[in-house]
Amino acid sequence: MRRLAWRVAELTAIREETPTARTLVLRVPGWPGHLAGQHVDVRLTAEDGYSTQRSYSLAGPSDGEHVELTVQRVPGGEVSPYLTEVMEVGDQVELRGPVGGWFVWEPAAKTPVLLVAGGAGVVPLMAMIRARRTAGSRAPFRLVYSLRDPGQAYYADELRHPDPGLDVTRVYTRTAPDGFARRPGRLTAADLAGSGRPPEYEPDCYVCGPTGFVEKAAELLVSLGHEPGRIRTERFGPTGG
Amino acid sequence: MAIISRGFRGRAREGGGKLPPGQYLTDDFPVLSAGPTPRVDTDRWEFTVETESGQAHRWSWAELLALPYETPTVDIHCVTKWSKLGTTWRGVSLDVLLEDVESAADYALVHSYGGYTTNLPLEDLLDGKAWIAYRYEGEEITPAHGGPARLLVPHLYFWKSAKWVRGIRLLDEDWPGFWETAGYHDYGDPWREQRYQDD
Repeated sequence: MRRLAWRVAELTAIREETPTARTLVLRVPGWPGHLAGQHVDVRLTAEDGYSTQRSYSLAGPSDGEHVELTVQRVPGGEVSPYLTEVMEVGDQVELRGPVGGWFVWEPAAKTPVLLVAGGAGVVPLMAMIRARRTAGSRAPFRLVYSLRDPGQAYYADELRHPDPGLDVTRVYTRTAPDGFARRPGRLTAADLAGSGRPPEYEPDCYVCGPTGFVEKAAELLVSLGHEPGRIRTERFGPTGG
Repeated sequence: MAIISRGFRGRAREGGGKLPPGQYLTDDFPVLSAGPTPRVDTDRWEFTVETESGQAHRWSWAELLALPYETPTVDIHCVTKWSKLGTTWRGVSLDVLLEDVESAADYALVHSYGGYTTNLPLEDLLDGKAWIAYRYEGEEITPAHGGPARLLVPHLYFWKSAKWVRGIRLLDEDWPGFWETAGYHDYGDPWREQRYQDD
């Protein structure tokens, strides 16, 4: 295996997801391709030579030399305010990857999949949903997306009309839209048991979100009878862990 | 020559030489793991060292706690880029645990409750460089952070400090662990920024 090289990435488009999150479309000449679920390291260098790095999940499947990242602005953060507020089309950063060979979905897989997202943790899971579409996969997918309120939803238009075979369940923890049947509140076992995909189906489970959410969601899955070895987790947060 | 990102200034330069390249400081204690957190009852807990000849040495929880401990204060560096300075632990040095173990092995494969593994040269576990830690900042280590006991090898990236540690196999040959087979560096020295394979 070759060393992962730093490559120059140029911002070619921006999509606003929420008032505090945006998707960056970057052109990375020489990009080797990646699997859904993998992440990249981004390196920013200031004029005085100071540089710093962060990891971000890729939001879409491999698409030639284009990659997409969705970045949530962290108040007081060093890097995310730059990526979400300062950076403009044409600006450059350095990027290397793809990184991570565990929290990935292989397009050839036919196993049912249960995706559990907490807030910004939906990003690598959306990459899996998009990779499924790109590959024409018929693997049954279910996304349980926990978010504070409807205004926090990423990829809202795209998830409003899910692909055939993709079931989307939203869980609002603070404020639900008018007429939404489920009362606002934290994720429960009932949300995960929901419409089908019981443990006997042995779905591959992917859980991503802030640490507390991931701990809780993984614990609920285990209590529902999912095999711990089929539950893959990724923590997501201001500190990058 | 690095690419300058227009308009990026960065924060005040921090760490005072204690921060390896590409790392930033955090006061939190973030969590990184690959699956659900195993819950390990200390009544059933045991720690095993198995040599290359198949000889096994075992310690129960009570036996571990009865061994002489140290309270190292160390800096820890996660491959996901956060570093935390001056963390204090209590644990038993691997020098103590391996004292009566007869082995000519060069490598160690650490394994955990829940199935996690990580590998390192045996010498990186010796000479005061590694502990089986069971307290963090004066408290029991929570399950999310690897309790009841985790390996602590602070001079390597923190994924080598296996949570929920269950045992160590001593081997003649290097045997890559969980992240090491998933694209991460075999050794993982933060000061040489050995994050990924062949870095």
